[in-house]
Amino acid sequence: MQYFKRTILAISIVAASLTGALVASTSSAQGSSGDATIKEIEKYRQALGDGNPAELWEARGEGIWKKPRGPKNASFEQCDIGLGPGKVKGAYAVLPKYFADTDKVEDLESRLVTCMVILQGYKYEDAKKSPFGSPERKSDIEALVAYVTSESRGMKMNVTINHPKEKEAFEIGKTMFFHRGGPHDFGCVTCHGADNQRIRLQDLPNLTKKEPAQRAYTSWPAYRVSQGEVRSFQWRLFDCFRQQRFPELEFTSQGSIALTTYLAKNANGGVLTAPSIKR
Amino acid sequence: MKIIHFTSLSVAAFTASIQLCAAADAIKPTQAEFVMKASFMDRGQAKVDRLNQDETQRLCSQYPEKRPPEVARRIEALNMKLMKYPADGKLLGDWKEGEKIAQSGVGKQFSDNPALPAGGNCYACHQLTKVEISFGNIGPSLYNYGKLRGNTEPIQKYTYGKIYNAEAYSACTNMPRFGHSGILTEEQIKHVTALLLDPNSPVNN
Repeated sequence: MQYFKRTILAISIVAASLTGALVASTSSAQGSSGDATIKEIEKYRQALGDGNPAELWEARGEGIWKKPRGPKNASFEQCDIGLGPGKVKGAYAVLPKYFADTDKVEDLESRLVTCMVILQGYKYEDAKKSPFGSPERKSDIEALVAYVTSESRGMKMNVTINHPKEKEAFEIGKTMFFHRGGPHDFGCVTCHGADNQRIRLQDLPNLTKKEPAQRAYTSWPAYRVSQGEVRSFQWRLFDCFRQQRFPELEFTSQGSIALTTYLAKNANGGVLTAPSIKR
Repeated sequence: MKIIHFTSLSVAAFTASIQLCAAADAIKPTQAEFVMKASFMDRGQAKVDRLNQDETQRLCSQYPEKRPPEVARRIEALNMKLMKYPADGKLLGDWKEGEKIAQSGVGKQFSDNPALPAGGNCYACHQLTKVEISFGNIGPSLYNYGKLRGNTEPIQKYTYGKIYNAEAYSACTNMPRFGHSGILTEEQIKHVTALLLDPNSPVNN
């Protein structure tokens, strides 16, 4: 409890000083995004990182990972998420990848669903029923995602595109990135195709360029202060498409994994900082 | 005669092979579109048919950065043809209403109530006034827009038209076609035009 109070206090102090800095820098440099603003935002992020509640999701996820459950009363400990059964350390850095047992390219979330079905005996529909949590109803998937990704913290993204299905996924993902549609003519590229762009005061990473693509991808999943939840990369895409005025991206659909493959490959070499903390 | 016949045959064969190449190039987007459509679900007002592209969207997706000048001209021409101006000939509304529309980001998302009017969300991408410091930079600053250009009839027409369908002036712009795509009503576009051009608007003060 004290931990939370401390975190919230720290957040509000930094937020207050940040607002001051923003006002100052905006009035001094009308229109241009000043270095001072970026520095202040960086300080804000660092302060937030000191007490990242994602740790609570990581701990809960580890518990779920190790606990026998489902109709087959099995844990995730024999689940292959990319480096072989039971290997968690560093696995997130190689995802998405092709898996022979399902003959599909899979990301972390889809692989967790696969293991719930194959190892634990859940029905497919039940396994993917609750992908995103709320304060009233927590999601096991988000906790598992927090745990698994935390086991790759500090490692470099290393996605390989060798299998024909990996190549196909990358190409489909790339097409999706540039696909403009809907009532607003938006595509991912509208906001994420150029340097130093902002919506209101929110920075938008240029995902077509190596350095910002690495920095953005490696910071997901993340604890979102505004939502009080750890959000997975599947959630990130889901909510981007909502704001793009597109229909709902289906959780772990082929397209969602293809787009993740494109973005993850572009982030190769970037050091994973996830689960991070964001506003 | 025979020679001519031979030539036209080879031309036909050549044309066919070009078409085949074009078809082979087109396989990727077609398959990607198939996968994409299968990966989305209708939700609220946002149906899967929103993934279908008109010619402008298709060409702009095909040429995301640079495009041949004839493609750009084609996009601008076909959108100019679809331009509609108010029947009453009046292009300026109330700038105060325009400011509200510029602030509001509501509309067309599956999480939005379709019964409520949509906003223009101008501040998401543009600076407009000195007062509002939370503005984006995807579009240019519009502060002093009217002061710099005046409030003449051609400027009013251009401004209304740009908001109604920006693709008519700038192919593959990031700016939505607010009138053409039914995001804002005619009356709302008049208000936003007034926000930009009215001498009393905070945009020009």
